[in-house]
Amino acid sequence: MTQVLYEAPRYLDAGEAALSVEFGDSVAPEINARVLALDAALCDAKLPGVEELVPTYRSLMIHYEPLTISRGELIKTLETLVFHGAAAFAPKARWRIPCCYDPALAEDIVEAARILEMSPERLGALHVSGCYRAYMYGFAPGWCYLGGLPPALALPRRASPRGATPPGTVLIGGGLSLIAANPMPTGWYVIGRTPERLFALERDPPLLVEPGDAISFEPIDSESFSALEARALRGEVVAKREVLQ
Amino acid sequence: MSALLLVLKAGPGASVQDRGRRGFLRFGVTPAGPMDSGAFMAALLAAGDPQGAGVEASLGGLELAAEGGEIGLAIAGGAFDVRLGERALPPACALKLVPGERLTVRAGAFGSWLYLAPFGRFDLPLVLGSYATHARSGLGGLAGRMLRAGDALKIIDPRPAPAEPMTIVAPWLAERPAKLRVILGPQQDYFSPQTIETFLSARWRLSERSDRMAYRLEGPVLQHIKGHDIVSDGVAFGAIQAPGDGAPLVLMADRQPTGGYPKIANVIGADLGALAQLRPGDSLEFESVSWEQAVAARRARERLIEAGVTLEPVLRVELSTEFLLSRNLVGGVFSAREG
Repeated sequence: MTQVLYEAPRYLDAGEAALSVEFGDSVAPEINARVLALDAALCDAKLPGVEELVPTYRSLMIHYEPLTISRGELIKTLETLVFHGAAAFAPKARWRIPCCYDPALAEDIVEAARILEMSPERLGALHVSGCYRAYMYGFAPGWCYLGGLPPALALPRRASPRGATPPGTVLIGGGLSLIAANPMPTGWYVIGRTPERLFALERDPPLLVEPGDAISFEPIDSESFSALEARALRGEVVAKREVLQ
Repeated sequence: MSALLLVLKAGPGASVQDRGRRGFLRFGVTPAGPMDSGAFMAALLAAGDPQGAGVEASLGGLELAAEGGEIGLAIAGGAFDVRLGERALPPACALKLVPGERLTVRAGAFGSWLYLAPFGRFDLPLVLGSYATHARSGLGGLAGRMLRAGDALKIIDPRPAPAEPMTIVAPWLAERPAKLRVILGPQQDYFSPQTIETFLSARWRLSERSDRMAYRLEGPVLQHIKGHDIVSDGVAFGAIQAPGDGAPLVLMADRQPTGGYPKIANVIGADLGALAQLRPGDSLEFESVSWEQAVAARRARERLIEAGVTLEPVLRVELSTEFLLSRNLVGGVFSAREG
């Protein structure tokens, strides 16, 4: 895969009230690190007129109020931030997410393993061995896309979507992993289930993982899954969070 | 006892909205909110709470009644046919709905969306800080879904409404630009100069397959020069995506927060309401403007909204047969000032 990190970020208008800051043209950890570094710096800067920040694989979308901050002023600030901190991305937290790879819960693990020409057990073990980063959210509330999938697990997305996933599914597809908080049809493969609820409206905070957080998976059997799920449904956070510096 | 706003009939596409769910876009949560934010603001301002919530009605129309007490409503949006009982009212009006009366709104001369803001608040839970309904993810509004017949919305903290129906005068409601203004990009480099020229000179038609999520355009095919897949990135309200089949999709209030197709342009903020109010079958054209021009249009719109709305008495009109006929011909355009 060719990975192109631009020499300087591109500032692209998405209308007069949104600016896309693009660092590269592919899905790659170095490019995404620049996106997340700028996201973190802008979150801290709390610029008046900057309304929402949406980090994605290779660009940061800044939704802003142009009557409060002009495009020129915004870009000037961004250039200072990019100059001072772009390469300095470090995750703020690491999550250990319990995940069950039992085919009874991991509906597509047998199918995905067959395509990858390995056993479902090997697929699960390889998935657990990965060190992941929350690249971005997208598609639906609480759908968290993870970089860091072992290359042996890269498989293309399905030609046509499968039915709606159960809540808390862990998926692979297109060289990435994904934790899907709530049910939606998808072209990815369900290879695990977590009892943790990444997105729970009644809990504060409703969303656990921040873009940029480090993620690892802890394998659990289906009995532990049931026990942890019961606790999670009572409002407990069953994933473990470690603060990093 | 609090008053209940009863939904007697609801076409598809009626929902509770506020100005949108903010701050959770980075977690994949769509803001939702009104399709025509300017019209929505006119209704909110007339009802006395610019931060409030209201009902968005679609072309499918709506029939409402009050139970347990009277309910003030401020109505603004497209030129819908608004009737309180048998009485025809202007499409932007403030009124008091008393128990036993029926308020009917139906598609009129133009427009796809109409807003009905209560003089008071809906007794609904805030979901991630907002009342906006995003039905696709089941968030907000009434149980995360569109409104349907039999629903009842409890009104709390009522504010006094005009005793007699009043016309809402909001100058920006009349703005319907001949061409919708766009800023090219962010991925105009995925299209040849000829394709961009085609995009800007074509007469597009709004497809039947249009909804709160996206408006689909019918017209020439927009060819890509670098393929139709991009690495997914953020999208804004009004982004014009060109998927693989080349038929552009304009992303609207219920859009996904990110998308993987090249975006040739974005409709500017000041023209989003006019775009939203188009109906399937309507034709539309685009015109490219600079960032500065877009901001000037945004500022002009903002100043009008800051000046607020005024309420004027609805002039009583003798409804002669002739008048009714002429009214049918124009399909519901009815202004107190003209009357």
